[in-house]
Amino acid sequence: MSEIASVTALNGARYDGIVEVAEMPLQGMITLRGKLGAAPVKNAAIGIGGVDMPDDGMISVQGDRAIAWMSPDELLIFCAYDEVGVALTAMERTLDGSFAMAVDVSDARAMFRLEGAAVRDVLAKLTPADMSVQGCPPGRMRRTRLAQVAAAIWLTGETTAHIVCFRSVAPYVFGLLSTAAQPGSDVGYY
Amino acid sequence: MSYRHNDSGRLIDRSQTLTFTFDGKTFTGHPGDTLASALLAGDRMLVGRSFKYHRPRGIVASGVEEPNALVNMGHGNRMEPNQRATTTELFDGLTAVSQNRWPTLDSDIGAMNAAIARFLPAGFYYKTFLWPRAFWKNVYEPFIRQSAGLGRAPTEADPDSYEHFHVHTDVLVVGGGVAGLAAAKAAAATGLKVLVLEQTHYWGGRTPVDGGKIDGMPAQEWIDATVAELEAMRNVTLRTRTMGAGVYDHGYALGYERLTDHAPDAEGPRHRLWRIRARQIVTATGAIERPLAFAGNDVPGVMLASAMRDYLVNWGVVPGQRIVVATNNDDGYRTAIVLKKAGLDVLRILDAREAGGGALMQEARDLGLRIDCGRGIGKVSGGKRVKKVQICVTTGTGGAMEALDCDAVAMAGGWSPVVHLWSHCGGKLVWDDAQAHFRPDPAKAPTGADGLPFVTTAGSASGPMALGSVLQDGAAAGTRAAKAAGGKGRAPKVPVAEDVEEAAMLPVWQMPARAEYRLKSKSWLDFQNDVKVSDVELAAREGFESVEHTKRYTTLGMATDQGKLSNINGLAVLAGALQKPIPQVGTTTFRPPYTPISIGAIGGSARGDIFQPVRMTPMHAWHDVHGADWEPVGQWRRPYAYPQQGEKVEEAVQREVTNTRDNVGLLDASTLGKILVRGPDAGRFLDMLYTNMMSTLKVGRCRYGLMCSENGFLIDDGVVARVGEDAWLCHTTTGGADRIHAHMEEWLQTEWWDWKVHVANLTEQYAQIAVVGPKARQLLESLGGMDLSAETLPFMAWADGELGGIGVRVYRISFSGELSFEIAVRAGQGLALWEKLVEAGKAFGVMPYGTEALHIMRAEKGFIMIGDETDGTVIPQDLGLDWAISKKKTDYLGKRAQERSHMTDPTRWKLVGLETEDGSVLPDGAYAVGRGKNANGQLVTQGRVTSSYHSPTLGRGIAMGLVLHGPDRMGEVLEFPGTDDKVYRAKIVNPVFFDPEGAKQNV
Repeated sequence: MSEIASVTALNGARYDGIVEVAEMPLQGMITLRGKLGAAPVKNAAIGIGGVDMPDDGMISVQGDRAIAWMSPDELLIFCAYDEVGVALTAMERTLDGSFAMAVDVSDARAMFRLEGAAVRDVLAKLTPADMSVQGCPPGRMRRTRLAQVAAAIWLTGETTAHIVCFRSVAPYVFGLLSTAAQPGSDVGYY
Repeated sequence: MSYRHNDSGRLIDRSQTLTFTFDGKTFTGHPGDTLASALLAGDRMLVGRSFKYHRPRGIVASGVEEPNALVNMGHGNRMEPNQRATTTELFDGLTAVSQNRWPTLDSDIGAMNAAIARFLPAGFYYKTFLWPRAFWKNVYEPFIRQSAGLGRAPTEADPDSYEHFHVHTDVLVVGGGVAGLAAAKAAAATGLKVLVLEQTHYWGGRTPVDGGKIDGMPAQEWIDATVAELEAMRNVTLRTRTMGAGVYDHGYALGYERLTDHAPDAEGPRHRLWRIRARQIVTATGAIERPLAFAGNDVPGVMLASAMRDYLVNWGVVPGQRIVVATNNDDGYRTAIVLKKAGLDVLRILDAREAGGGALMQEARDLGLRIDCGRGIGKVSGGKRVKKVQICVTTGTGGAMEALDCDAVAMAGGWSPVVHLWSHCGGKLVWDDAQAHFRPDPAKAPTGADGLPFVTTAGSASGPMALGSVLQDGAAAGTRAAKAAGGKGRAPKVPVAEDVEEAAMLPVWQMPARAEYRLKSKSWLDFQNDVKVSDVELAAREGFESVEHTKRYTTLGMATDQGKLSNINGLAVLAGALQKPIPQVGTTTFRPPYTPISIGAIGGSARGDIFQPVRMTPMHAWHDVHGADWEPVGQWRRPYAYPQQGEKVEEAVQREVTNTRDNVGLLDASTLGKILVRGPDAGRFLDMLYTNMMSTLKVGRCRYGLMCSENGFLIDDGVVARVGEDAWLCHTTTGGADRIHAHMEEWLQTEWWDWKVHVANLTEQYAQIAVVGPKARQLLESLGGMDLSAETLPFMAWADGELGGIGVRVYRISFSGELSFEIAVRAGQGLALWEKLVEAGKAFGVMPYGTEALHIMRAEKGFIMIGDETDGTVIPQDLGLDWAISKKKTDYLGKRAQERSHMTDPTRWKLVGLETEDGSVLPDGAYAVGRGKNANGQLVTQGRVTSSYHSPTLGRGIAMGLVLHGPDRMGEVLEFPGTDDKVYRAKIVNPVFFDPEGAKQNV
């Protein structure tokens, strides 16, 4: 790792409206592609420590570590930003000889957190996904779109939502979330 | 006169007074009033002018069907035309201005159109503006534009905000009248999710006005109890001020919520568009009363009978004191009874039926009202308000039997179910003879993906009009929808109401039946667009047999109210004129939205900064601060150039080129696509994707490659680096990153699914900076950290290392012909490295350069650009890129196509350089003309310009182009006529204008 500190896209931008919108600090993210049922792939994933393999469509979270199901042959592994190098090396070792790929995508992304009772309402203004408790229970990893860009969203409780999007559209997504959280815009649906 | 009558008015709060203005005059009203009820309370009978004849018009309805009372609301940036007074909730400070009149509503010049009305019949415009042709543009069009449109368009940007809201529900109920509530209750009992939308701000629809008892209680009590019960259920959501606007495929529906129209000072969005995915939709949309078509039925003071009792019961307002009621059914008596009981003078009930009505007629008679059966209105006289009614025999020609002085007329022509939402997605209608209306045909419902119905109608929207059957139908619809949506459990008890026995209605499409032309030409069908009975009959005579054609010829139903009052009457008149049964004539198509919705709501939050996503590189903010002149490239913004103080953009471009060629330049190349391709079969995969060999590339080296579609055409290009034994990193064009990534995934998922290859789009993981120019190596070496000498890092090699303490991967590749390094760095450190390079580069005269300088430098070197030299019809061979096509490979995407006769045709235009004789710049895209003309009489062409710039390096214009037999015609001069009437002469030359030996990049 270099001595120069990396920065997030928006330097931790925040907005307080009917929910609190915050850009999250740097987060390590590794894309792991391969046969999810295969032992080396599973072992590579859970090798980051303390996190179980998620069921299809879900994310398992433990502190700043998580494993998210992204597609039938893709996982997104979350770990501390400065642990990515170590984690990747360990994964490569576990995956050695098997047809799988682990690659660092930490800098390609931006992350946001929404806090407040209205998180489902705010997200439902932007995503066509079903934001009801049944449609998006805490722990469901939902790849969808927010207005005009791709995003993945998940809840870790009824008042906390997380969003991952591409770094280049971080200002746009922050603008969307802030607008959707503007005062007086409560829907009171969820 | 119209006025606030007695202490009735169930919706208003008389303890508070609101002030508003109409045409500058101040009026007052109460909370709960609509603008229409408040205007009537202030004796404002005349509220607008009709579209074509500028006839004085008053309020005729009490809801969304109102055709006349449209106003310009608000002022400045909040001015909005065509706002319906009957659905505008009054607020303090409201300002409204009437439309389509000049200079004032009361004395309007346009009204003289009415005097020449007989010269403006249906089809007038079509017949009149045919010739002379020269008049189209300068005479007719300005004239038509002048008279087109009702309100005035706003001139300032809308300051309000809008938003969307996505909802998935099991059952959507549109309409919060008693049928909708009964349906919601029945559906909710199964535990399914139910969403109920009501367009007004109150529940229960018009039942509290019409009266009756439900489950033994007064209607209002039942409504309040049911709403309270539904509100308490967790699986039910109730929304007022939200109109069901449209029903679409697969259970998708739109709701239009008006959040602050009634409270403009409140914060938050003004409108919210609900985007609803429902398993089942119940349309409990009610019914709309039809007017009667008699002469003068548009004089202010003539009103729908139901509206007249709405105004009295809801808002305590009446349009007059001496009222005549004309009806063809029993419901009209309800209005007479309500008016009489409120102490008003009901002069006469004219019942078109010889035998009169049932129990309600008896009740009216018992109240002492005079009833004339078999009688109707021959004509209403009065200009800006009703003065007199001539009574005639319904079956006659209109000869007056008696005249009555009066100041208001209630007309009851029967009820039509609101079938709009049912019809939006394909629900069919059936003609109901007994009630003389079209109603939904339950056997032909809109169907979903499973072929099963997903819309069901409830209450009077299904056809029945009596309270008891409305409730029964509503509850049944709710149960049916819940069952279809997968709900289980017993349906709750169906609410019951005792219905009054009603006598059969009599269809009356023209009153009197054999009216003379002078009466028909004053009998309005479409009030807003001024279509009369005589116009529809004329259309029929002129051969417009299809109802859709008649609609367009006469403009019947084409106004902002979309024919809510005129539709059935109009097509019945057409059927009569064609001597066909009504169902054979049919209806026009019902399209969403049900009533106009704001453009703001449709756009939602997509405006201003978030109108569209703008992709930004990690260095975007730096470019902005340093004066970048932006160019959109895909969704990215890239600096086109960095003009300095007092410098024109073109001057900046020239300076940037020169500085890069003489010193060193920096380019933000982060937007270039970077796709990792990895796996045991990755080399084989890339050999198929690129025209040249990638599998033989050595680790640590780079190769330029071309990608073609299966039709052989060039789709992308870029440098590929082999980054590991089984891993390659493919650079794509900026616009191609997502497209090529998808292209790769598609081949891997659909054709070569058994190949062991993974791809990952790493475009945004890295910022990429091109350091270009003779001093590039010195600059990088000054940062220190890795050996970048020609020996260690030769041309077309890459190496990992550190620069200034930042981890980097350096590619020694060049798109400019200069010594050039492209440095990939983690996106989070892109700006830090850029700033280090700027700082350290000061000693070497570093300057950032933009995309235009990039383009000029590549053109000076004869490098092609995807999108300039290619346009989807160009193959690599056209561009002289045969060297980049492997002859050894058995196959690659595009190979077969490139062997087809048209692709190997020697007359395909080929790439050459072009130099103007006088050094000027050729117009981009200009065509070279040949001799003679083609079969179409056009000049023969023999080439075109694909890129053209002024080269500061060479001090002259340079261009590339595709030319017939171009490479064989070196030195020949071509003529390019410009759009500026000049003819440009340019010589065919080699496309490499600068440093053909490549000496500069190989240092």
